[in-house]
Amino acid sequence: MRSLWEYANPRLFMGWTGTVLPYVWALAIGCTALGLVWGFFFTGDDFRMGSTVKIIYIHVPSALMAINGYFLMFVAALIWIIRRQPVSALVGRAAAPVGLVMTLVGLITGAIWGQPMWGTWWAWDPRLTSFLILALFYLGYIALWEAIEDQELAGDLTSVLAIVGCVFAVLSRYAARFWNQGLHQGTSVPVATGGRTVDDVFFIPLAISMAGFFFLFVALVLVRARTEVRARRLSVLSAREGA
Amino acid sequence: MSPLIARDLRLALRSGGGFGLGLAFFIIVIVLTPFAVGPDPARLAAIAPGIAWLAALLAALLTLDRLFALDWEDGSLELLALALPAEALFMAKALVHWLTTGAILAVLGPLLGGLLYLPMEGMVPLFLALLLGSPALSLIGAFGAALTVGVKRGGLLLSLLVLPLYVPVLILGAEVARRGAAGLAYDVPLALLAALSLGCAALMPFAGAAALRASLR
Repeated sequence: MRSLWEYANPRLFMGWTGTVLPYVWALAIGCTALGLVWGFFFTGDDFRMGSTVKIIYIHVPSALMAINGYFLMFVAALIWIIRRQPVSALVGRAAAPVGLVMTLVGLITGAIWGQPMWGTWWAWDPRLTSFLILALFYLGYIALWEAIEDQELAGDLTSVLAIVGCVFAVLSRYAARFWNQGLHQGTSVPVATGGRTVDDVFFIPLAISMAGFFFLFVALVLVRARTEVRARRLSVLSAREGA
Repeated sequence: MSPLIARDLRLALRSGGGFGLGLAFFIIVIVLTPFAVGPDPARLAAIAPGIAWLAALLAALLTLDRLFALDWEDGSLELLALALPAEALFMAKALVHWLTTGAILAVLGPLLGGLLYLPMEGMVPLFLALLLGSPALSLIGAFGAALTVGVKRGGLLLSLLVLPLYVPVLILGAEVARRGAAGLAYDVPLALLAALSLGCAALMPFAGAAALRASLR
């Protein structure tokens, strides 16, 4: 049997991701479409929030993937530093712009939701603020990748940044809670305690939509990582041509 | 380590070293604030702790891009890395940065806060907050400088990387100063701020050294 790490070898990685990718895309499109259509057209309005509650089917899944995207970068950074698997650095690089877009989607849908509910587009609430900071962390990570030409060095430095950034993202989150009590409600789907405050009517399409966003994220990261692998092969080839 | 600290301090103190630069910048921000928000004493007093912290943050940022870059450009950083472990090199640089910015601002910042009608009872908390919080500013900043040492014109990138990392320090530091100025108890945020600085001192050298080693390879 092969070791798990062998699948991170670029050639094998290209092989198995090529096979898996169509299924991931199918799941991504299927789940997202099912969750959103179900949520938008086949659930009732919330008795207090009215039809604005439907924003939850985009807001929560994108926020979920924004946070987990950074966590993925953290894990990829650890793998790169410990095992120097070239693909893991590429996965970190591939995940950052997707995570940034998810963060922005979470912020924008939140603003659209906040306007009718709280009467304001933006408030300096701990959750909102931590998300804005998360977007800045993504920006810094992407900027550092872009600034360094040597890919090996860029992989090292961005990995260190992702690890330190992850610690500080958590610190900022709790410091922000210290700084201001917010408008944003607590989580409705606490995983640790299991005390869900969302009714099944809303929760099932939400869960499907979350799964859809998860597969969408995976698909986009895989596509981008495959592009990176190809781009590197191309640069190696053209370097050889030039020599 | 101590010869390096002495050398860097001497370099900072002599002309062109940028020793007073951070302090001058701090003073200018304080002086410009009333022009931006109006001369009303009550309003200025309300924002004085926050402005003092923002000015300290930006003053710390000002001299960061030359922290490692000057030694990197003339090649002495590689020689220093042969003589010292990268962690010690990092700590020495961060210490010199703190001595030339954070320590001075901690002493003079509260007095300059008086220009913004910072109340008397707010001066000691602001002093304590700057004293215990600015080591974290120097350490995080030195980490950012270590990351961008090999990047040409990395100054702007450095601010983009470092400023988000400053958020917890800023929140806690300004909270101490604000509570102090309002006459409230400030021991909890102060303890957390000190914890942040100590945590940075314990862990940042390893992150910074990893970045330095990668750049020097």
